[in-house]
Amino acid sequence: MWNWFYKLASPPYVYRLAAVLAPWLLGGAALCIGYGLVDGLVFAPPDYQQGDAFRIIYVHAPSAWLSLSAYTLMAVAGGIGLIWRIKIGHAVAAAAAPIGASFTVLALLTGSLWGRPMWGTYWAWDPRLTSELILLFLYVGVMSLRSAFEDPGRGDRAAALLAIVGVINVPIIHYSVQWWNSLHQGATVAKFARPSMPGSMLWPLLSMLLGFMLFFGGVLCLRLRGEVLNRERQSSWVREVVRAS
Amino acid sequence: MNVGAWQVLSLMLRREMCLYFRRPDQLLQPLVFFLIVTALFPLGLSPQLSLLRDMAPAVLWVAALLSALLSLEGLFKGDAEDGTLEQLALCGQPLGLIVAAKTLSHWLVSGAALVIMSPLVAVALGIPREAFPAMLLSLGLGTLTLSWLGAIGAGLTVGLRRGSVLLSLIVLPLAMPLLIFGAGATDRAISGASAAGPLYFLAALCVLTSTLAPFAATAALRITLE
Repeated sequence: MWNWFYKLASPPYVYRLAAVLAPWLLGGAALCIGYGLVDGLVFAPPDYQQGDAFRIIYVHAPSAWLSLSAYTLMAVAGGIGLIWRIKIGHAVAAAAAPIGASFTVLALLTGSLWGRPMWGTYWAWDPRLTSELILLFLYVGVMSLRSAFEDPGRGDRAAALLAIVGVINVPIIHYSVQWWNSLHQGATVAKFARPSMPGSMLWPLLSMLLGFMLFFGGVLCLRLRGEVLNRERQSSWVREVVRAS
Repeated sequence: MNVGAWQVLSLMLRREMCLYFRRPDQLLQPLVFFLIVTALFPLGLSPQLSLLRDMAPAVLWVAALLSALLSLEGLFKGDAEDGTLEQLALCGQPLGLIVAAKTLSHWLVSGAALVIMSPLVAVALGIPREAFPAMLLSLGLGTLTLSWLGAIGAGLTVGLRRGSVLLSLIVLPLAMPLLIFGAGATDRAISGASAAGPLYFLAALCVLTSTLAPFAATAALRITLE
């Protein structure tokens, strides 16, 4: 058990492990997303209030959920790299950041597309949309801080520290934004509250959620391979890998 | 040398304040910037006091955030450039205390000065006299929290050539709760409601950052200095 744990800190091992895992994760993602899309977009009944427009939830909710968990993963991986000086932690954090930021953008885009038929406007200062937007700013801050340093090791540690500070701040931001909006108005947001879902709508959603998670894992593996190769480009095993390919 | 924690703190504070007052232009520029930004809004919007009063909390707070950010860039920069910061990190005293002293002195010259000057702007923006206590208290608590958050950002960006834009990019998202609660408290005080709720939130954030931010800022400095 511990032995395996130690191996995870070794770049060549992770490089090979990611190659093994990626096709399985992406294959599972294709299955789950395929089922979720067909069942969610075709067979699930339309919502009695929102009609067919609600179906965007099958993309919106999983990407919003993943944007948050990718941020947490980035902070945890960065923290592992910062505290125990495990280089692979920083590589995971660096690989996860752009994926998480893309999910955030996707959640914002689908959210505003959903807002158009529901609220009559592309952008409402809905607490959830607002805190998602701030999350995007946090992602941008972490990514640009990492690339701002000429010494990559320093950039990694600085970005990890910022990600950890951000993780403490994300719930504060979330609740303050929620509280701020409840102070001003509620009418447009109240439409958002809907009855809990029946199973015919819920199963595709859960499947999409699982599929997005697997997709995230698969893309993370692919990006991690590139990241590890780039970071270890001076080492002998990378030269062997390049020569073999 | 055996020096107590308070002594380190007071010595550092005295040094920082001395440095600030040797260069009064550095002290005044953020305050003048604050005045200019608040003057931009009536010019861009309309001189109607009723309209301005609705905007006043937001104007005050956005201007306060921006002017604090302006001076934050220099928090560690001068000392890092001439090597003082490395000497301070090596001198054997806890770096956290030194960072805390520097941050507190930054707050004294930017935040506290801004609090003292804010009634002037508040009158010009049509904020009623009754709202002043809540406004002053929220600005005081909020700017102190912002100084702590900014110390983390300044520590992370101190070695960078184009650090100032990055500093704003890092600190501003973290400071959004301050804007919400600070402007909220002022807003409620203007409309005659009790501002206690947002003020408590601000105080909680202030305590949270005062206890955690020195450690985070110290860790940031150690990363960028090493």
